[in-house]
Amino acid sequence: MSDEAHAPKELISRSDLHGSENKASVPAEDIRLKVEDLSIFYGDVRAVKNVNMSVRTNQVTSIIGPSGCGKSTFIRCLNRMHEVTPGGRVQGKVLLDGQDLYGPGVDPVDVRRRVGMVFQKPNVFPSMSIYDNVASGYRLNGIRDRKLIAEKVERSLKNAAIWDEVKDNLQKPGTSLSGGQQQRLCIARALAVDPEVLLMDEPCSALDPIATAKIEELIHELKEKVTIVIVTHNMQQAARSSDYTAFFYVGELVEFGETQKLFTAPEKRQTEDYITGRFG
Amino acid sequence: MTTQHTDKKYEEELSKLREEILYMGGLVEDQIQKSIKALVDRDSDLANIIIERDHEVNRLDVEIDELCIKLLALHQPAGIDLRLITTGLKITTDLERIGDMAVNICERALELNQEPQLKPYIDIPRMARISQRMIHESLDAFVREDTDLALKVCKDDADVDDLNAQIFRETLTFMLENAQTISRATKISSISKYLERIADHATNIAEMVIFMVKGKSIRHMKEVPPSV
Repeated sequence: MSDEAHAPKELISRSDLHGSENKASVPAEDIRLKVEDLSIFYGDVRAVKNVNMSVRTNQVTSIIGPSGCGKSTFIRCLNRMHEVTPGGRVQGKVLLDGQDLYGPGVDPVDVRRRVGMVFQKPNVFPSMSIYDNVASGYRLNGIRDRKLIAEKVERSLKNAAIWDEVKDNLQKPGTSLSGGQQQRLCIARALAVDPEVLLMDEPCSALDPIATAKIEELIHELKEKVTIVIVTHNMQQAARSSDYTAFFYVGELVEFGETQKLFTAPEKRQTEDYITGRFG
Repeated sequence: MTTQHTDKKYEEELSKLREEILYMGGLVEDQIQKSIKALVDRDSDLANIIIERDHEVNRLDVEIDELCIKLLALHQPAGIDLRLITTGLKITTDLERIGDMAVNICERALELNQEPQLKPYIDIPRMARISQRMIHESLDAFVREDTDLALKVCKDDADVDDLNAQIFRETLTFMLENAQTISRATKISSISKYLERIADHATNIAEMVIFMVKGKSIRHMKEVPPSV
C-alpha cells in the first residue's frame, strides 16, 4: 500500500479497464453483425429466445453451451441457412453493417456470399479437384476470367494456410487430402468469395490436436481480414482463440462478454457452473 | 459452492487443495504461537523445535505448489476453480514466508536467552495474538468464501502497524537511555517487525480471498474499501 500515486480509488475489474460488452458504448463501425430480439423456431417450437448481441468487426466471437442449447441454430440464422430447414423460421433482426438480412428484397444467396460458413465435417465437393473446389464459388457467381480465378484460388489457399501443401497437386481430388487439410480447403473455398463474416460450426470437432492447432492459428491470422463467429464444444478452444464469448443455455443467451473475463470471473452463476464443469 | 463437478476426481483434488492449505495454515499459526511462547518463557528447547519444524512448512509449500500445477495442467480450470488454484499458489507463498518469520523470531529468542531479560513482554504477545488471529481469519474467509471477514482482516492490519510503531519507540527509548541495551532492544524491535510482516502476509491472503470470491482486486489501494 505504499505507492499512493498509483493507488486506484475504486475496485478494479478487467471489464472496468477495458469496457464491458454490455455497455452500449461501442462505435457503430466496430460492430459488423448486430442481432436484435432474435427468436428462432422449428415449427411451433421456439429453440432460441430473444437474443440481443453485437459481433465486433475483425474479432473472433465464440459461442459455447451444452448440446441442444441452440448455438448451431443461432449461427445458422446469421447467414439465413436456418430457413432452409423445413419449418424453420426467424423473428427479429440480424443486421450486417446496419442492413437487416431478413429485410424485404434481400437475396439469401447474396447473404451467404457475404457471410460464409464452414461446417463440423469438412464437406469438400467429392467429384471436384482441389482447384475446382475453391474456384466453384466464382464460377457459380458467373465469373469466367481464368487468370482472375487462378489468382483468387491461389490467394484463398494461401489465406487458408494450405497453399504450400497442395500447390503441386491442385488437380488431385479434394477428397485425397487429410481431414485437417480438407477443413482448410473448405475454409479456402469460403474465403474465395471475399466474405465479410466467416461462421464456423465446430470446425475442429472431427480433427486431431495438430490439425486443430493449425485451424486455430489460421483463425488468429484470418481475423485481420474477416470477422469470425465460431461455435465450439471445446471450451479451451473458445478460451484460446476468441476475443468475445457468448454462453447459451436452453435457447437463451446467458452471458456475453470478453473471453478473458468470462473464463476467469463470469458474472452469472450459470456461466460459472458451465465453464467449471458443474452440473446438477 | 453447492453444485458439484461432474468430474468427481477433479472435485476431490480441489477439496484436497483446500484441506492442504488449511493444514498448512494451522501449522503456521501454531509456529507463530509457539515461537512467541519460546520468547516469553525463555524456552530455548522449544525455539529449536520450532526452527526444526519449519521443514514441514516448506514441504507443504512444495507439495501444494505441485498439486496446483497438476490441476492447472490436467484440468485447464476456469472461473472460480481457476481463481481458487491461482489463489492457492499465492497463499502458500505467504504462509511459507510466515513460517520463515516464526523461525526468525525463534532465532532472536535464542540470542535474547543468552542475556538477562530487558523487560517483561506485554505488547509483543498482544501483537502476536492479533497477527495469529488475522492468519486464522484470513483462512476462515478462504474456506467460507467470506469477503466480509477478509475485509476485516485487511482493516486489522492497521492495529498491528500501530503496535509495531509503539514498540519501536519504546525500544528506541531503552537504547537512548542505556547503550548496554542496544543489542537486546534491536532484537526485540526486529521481532516486532517480523510480527508486523506476518500481519502483512495475512492481509495479502485476505486480499486474494476477495479476488477468489468476487474476481475483483483490492490490492495496492490507499484505503481498505468498506465493502466489495
